[in-house]
Amino acid sequence: MPSLYQAIILDHSKHPRNCGELAHANHHGEAKNPTCGDSLSMDVITENGLIADIRFTGQGCAISQASASLLTESVKDKPIETVLTLTPDDILALLGVELSPNRLKCALLSLETLKLALTKNDKNLS
Amino acid sequence: MQTIKNQFPIFDARPGLVYLDSAATALTPISVIDAVSSYYGTLSANVGRGLYATAEETTAQFEAVREKTARFLGAKRDEIVFTRNTTEAINLLAYVLEDQIEPGDNIVVTALEHHSNFLPWKRLAEKRGAELRIVPFETDGSIKGEIAQEYIDSKTKVFAFSAISNVFGTPNPVAELVRMAKEMNPDIMTVVDAAQAAGHSHIDVRTLNCDFLAFSGHKCFGPTGVGVLYGKEAILSTLPPYQVGGGMVQDARAEETAYKDSPHRFEAGTPDIASVFGLGAALDFVEEVGIDAIHDYESGRATQAVSKLEKTFGDSIHILGLNDRRESGIVSFTLDGIHPHDIAQVLGEHDICIRAGEHCAAPLHRVLSLPATARASFSVYNTKTDIDTLVEGLKNVVKLFKS
Repeated sequence: MPSLYQAIILDHSKHPRNCGELAHANHHGEAKNPTCGDSLSMDVITENGLIADIRFTGQGCAISQASASLLTESVKDKPIETVLTLTPDDILALLGVELSPNRLKCALLSLETLKLALTKNDKNLS
Repeated sequence: MQTIKNQFPIFDARPGLVYLDSAATALTPISVIDAVSSYYGTLSANVGRGLYATAEETTAQFEAVREKTARFLGAKRDEIVFTRNTTEAINLLAYVLEDQIEPGDNIVVTALEHHSNFLPWKRLAEKRGAELRIVPFETDGSIKGEIAQEYIDSKTKVFAFSAISNVFGTPNPVAELVRMAKEMNPDIMTVVDAAQAAGHSHIDVRTLNCDFLAFSGHKCFGPTGVGVLYGKEAILSTLPPYQVGGGMVQDARAEETAYKDSPHRFEAGTPDIASVFGLGAALDFVEEVGIDAIHDYESGRATQAVSKLEKTFGDSIHILGLNDRRESGIVSFTLDGIHPHDIAQVLGEHDICIRAGEHCAAPLHRVLSLPATARASFSVYNTKTDIDTLVEGLKNVVKLFKS
């Protein structure tokens, strides 16, 4: 069985990209994974239907943090509509590994948080 | 104990297996597997009413295991109820005690509890308008009698606590807790979750003087599917049934139903007969090895593991509970900056089986402000080499995530 901890996951969990908060974010989302006790919080700035900037903070296992790092990297400058259609398979493709059902929740927390931010938490509307 | 390890066929099938999760479920010796298989191979009848040879033999052997379980706990035969596991035993108890809980009463549990000795009582309290009180634990992971007494009063109906925490591995002074609880309220019902104790430390319910005690077969070298609820005869015989149906009635008519006496009153439906047979063999296994020998061996391995882990990882490892001398096979820990799930996953990739998470004890982890812990638990088949393999495995984990 190949290790779950391939170079890309280790790299992104040790050196997460887009880590931090955005003072002028117009979207914000938070989610938790009770299995690992992982938590993620995302700030997003959208402009003209595009993801102009995105940052996340969080704590938890390497899979959840690497997944958030990879996802935020991949959605920057992408249309919101496209991002909302991302599927679990897209996240697995980013991570480049197969996951057991338990660890799948860790990997998908980033997507859940991002979709939550984009659909429910428009700061300008609240 | 090498000859003991030879009695566990899983090591023939998986020679490299380093199994350090016995607190979740213990491995199964060949005698237990044979007992389960021989039920299906040679008897395969139902218990209770059959008037032919295999049915009578099945019933006799089934009841003989009840007798053996009673001896194992220092109880009487009719004080032993077979359930599916500890969880079902405690749920059964919480259900049949329902009528005795009034609004304004309280139920006392501890912050150490496994969800199976927490949620049934929480639900019961909510359902009956009673208060749920939670006794805090000491830093070594034990419950102090004097502290528990502060939570118990004349309105306390139940005090439920574990014999050994499944996270800390620290034993509680069970007899003392029961005595001190009854000092505060002689009518209190004391319930002991012995899931981590049965088959690993000596239990005598007469000495403990607890009213109820529950354990699972599979955590004491038996098969899954069978658990035990012990209840003092004087109390058990007054309680209403749990599930109703076959096997537990004297007479059923439209106008009235007469239920059997305990323990059969609490055992509706065909039980897991094969697993009960397996439990009998597991109790024989425990007796042959010797309960004190098992306890000393498991605690000894845990003590060695703690000392080696501390020597190797120094300040970056944090071990829960009694450090210098363990009193069970359980060792829970965290490593700075590495999530327990990542530890368990990497070790698992090398056939080293440990647990990571909340171990079904979320309230305990909230108190400690930890999202999760890693847990290695040792039993009679674990060698000194297993400890070395664990330590080497953890060194690799640190190298992977910290370099």
